[in-house]
Amino acid sequence: MGMTMTQKILAAHAGLEEVTPGQLIEARIDLALANDVTAPMAIRALRDNGLDRVFDKSKVCLVLDHFAPNKDIKSAEQCKLCRDFANAHDLELFFDVGAMGIEHALLPEQGLVTAGDLVVGADSHTCTYGALGAFSTGVGSTDIAAAMATGRSWFRVPEAIRFELSGELQPWVSGKDVILWIIGKIGVDGALYKSMEFSGTGVASLSMDDRLTICNMAIEAGAKNGIFPVDGATCTYLNGRAIRPAVEFCADPDAAYEQVIEVDLGAIPPTVAMPHLPENARPASELTSVELDQCVIGSCTNGRISDMRIAAQVLTGKRVHPRVRTIVIPATQDIYLQCVREGLVETFIEAGAVVSTPTCGPCLGGHMGILAAGERAIATTNRNFVGRMGHPESEVYLASPAVAAASAIAGHIVDPQNV
Amino acid sequence: MRVKGTVFKYGDNVDTDVIIPARYLNIADAEELASHAMEDIDTSFVQKARPGDIIVAGRNFGCGSSREHAPRVLKDSGISCIIASSFARIFYRNAINIGLPILESTEAAENIGIGNEVSVDFETGTIEDLSTGKSFQSQPFPKFIQDIIDNDGLFNSLKARAAEEKGATEGI
Ligand code: SF4
Repeated sequence: MGMTMTQKILAAHAGLEEVTPGQLIEARIDLALANDVTAPMAIRALRDNGLDRVFDKSKVCLVLDHFAPNKDIKSAEQCKLCRDFANAHDLELFFDVGAMGIEHALLPEQGLVTAGDLVVGADSHTCTYGALGAFSTGVGSTDIAAAMATGRSWFRVPEAIRFELSGELQPWVSGKDVILWIIGKIGVDGALYKSMEFSGTGVASLSMDDRLTICNMAIEAGAKNGIFPVDGATCTYLNGRAIRPAVEFCADPDAAYEQVIEVDLGAIPPTVAMPHLPENARPASELTSVELDQCVIGSCTNGRISDMRIAAQVLTGKRVHPRVRTIVIPATQDIYLQCVREGLVETFIEAGAVVSTPTCGPCLGGHMGILAAGERAIATTNRNFVGRMGHPESEVYLASPAVAAASAIAGHIVDPQNV
Repeated sequence: MRVKGTVFKYGDNVDTDVIIPARYLNIADAEELASHAMEDIDTSFVQKARPGDIIVAGRNFGCGSSREHAPRVLKDSGISCIIASSFARIFYRNAINIGLPILESTEAAENIGIGNEVSVDFETGTIEDLSTGKSFQSQPFPKFIQDIIDNDGLFNSLKARAAEEKGATEGI
């Protein structure tokens, strides 16, 4: 029986010739990641259990991004606990203010994940790295504590759904629209416990940033991971960047998929997910009556340089609507610097937006743009659950940077094709 | 192992952001954290929950963020077991890893009403609704998961395993 790409990576890391769906395996990991929200609980778990050690100081990564720069005293204490742990164990991959970025934008950018890797992270959007041809998945603090100490983790080998992509994206349509559209079709538990494997002739037309955005939101369909095949674009991205040699795993021609879903990229319109679930997807053009109070452009989903460029392209020479507080957050220091060099920061400020240092901030209702009761935001983030960006009676509409920027100007949701 | 308690009932896609909102994730104290459990969808949960109580819910319980704070605040509120049609996978792992038993049964999720008295036998996977007399069957845990639950979490079970291995070697 053939194996999927995911199954092959798991088998290789478990030292097995073959694995089958449902099998429980223990596998070697290439990287264990945690952040300022999940690491403290893991660090305490290690200490409480007399296991205050890490398996490899070059393979345990801590990123302070959620409530950093410290939003209050409690957050400062959490960040300090992480910092002290990183120092005590001489961690090579510790990213503090000044070096940090949002973890899932930062790790690929810094070459810390490569094709064929097996990565676990105490953050649900760890699934982002599937774009690079790696297996990566989110776990909790206890799992990551065990992984940090032992370099191993247990997995149930997942079944897979194959998404056969064809065609090319229309102008103003991006990876974000693709994944919102897919989740709209299959639902927030449409891929529960499974892998989402992307393949087909359409893959080549997607940029690495599009692929990262698509895999980032695999978890929003309940998936264990999302994964793209390794092609020329992947190799170009990884060359000179990745700190480990890339290993390409290909799905076998006779690999078993529970389902194959055809996706014509050319048929996907600019798409928005309405509150309070990412599956509530509608074409942006149908939501023009939705008036907005805030616009957030950033996050691990859409805070990369191409996202910044698209937003700036839409905002050049325009002003955001006076009612729409517009917050732009480049996801890493490198992206931030690039925005400064390319003049994008100037464009944003001239358009009436504010530009923040990298942080998760408003994406999880942490800081830097919290909503009051009854307020509505359009955001390039990945979740629009009740209370996600602030008050339980506030609302979040998920969209691409192009839709978000165009809507910020209009004061209500618009299709950028019509602006 | 058996548990018995009164049922709190919720719908589909209960996400970890409503179980414990991110605005509280900078709280380290377990008791203070648990005092905010479920507050965005059920303000009375914290006052009403008693040790042993059981949550029954629909599909995809615990979806969203990987925060382990979510199963922890439920466990710290006294919840002894969660029964749902399905669970989001990270929540599933986290609950097991901290020793909070969870069972999948669509029939139980659909038929058990709010406030009912329910008893659960983890060895057999049998769920009994004592208020209606109906009983439902779910998959019992595989052995290694039952070990984790019996030891009240992954770390304790790793320690127990290490002690057992050591004991076995010493015995030779
Ligand atoms: S940007 Fe949002 S989704 Fe991404 S890691 Fe930060 S909080 Fe999580």
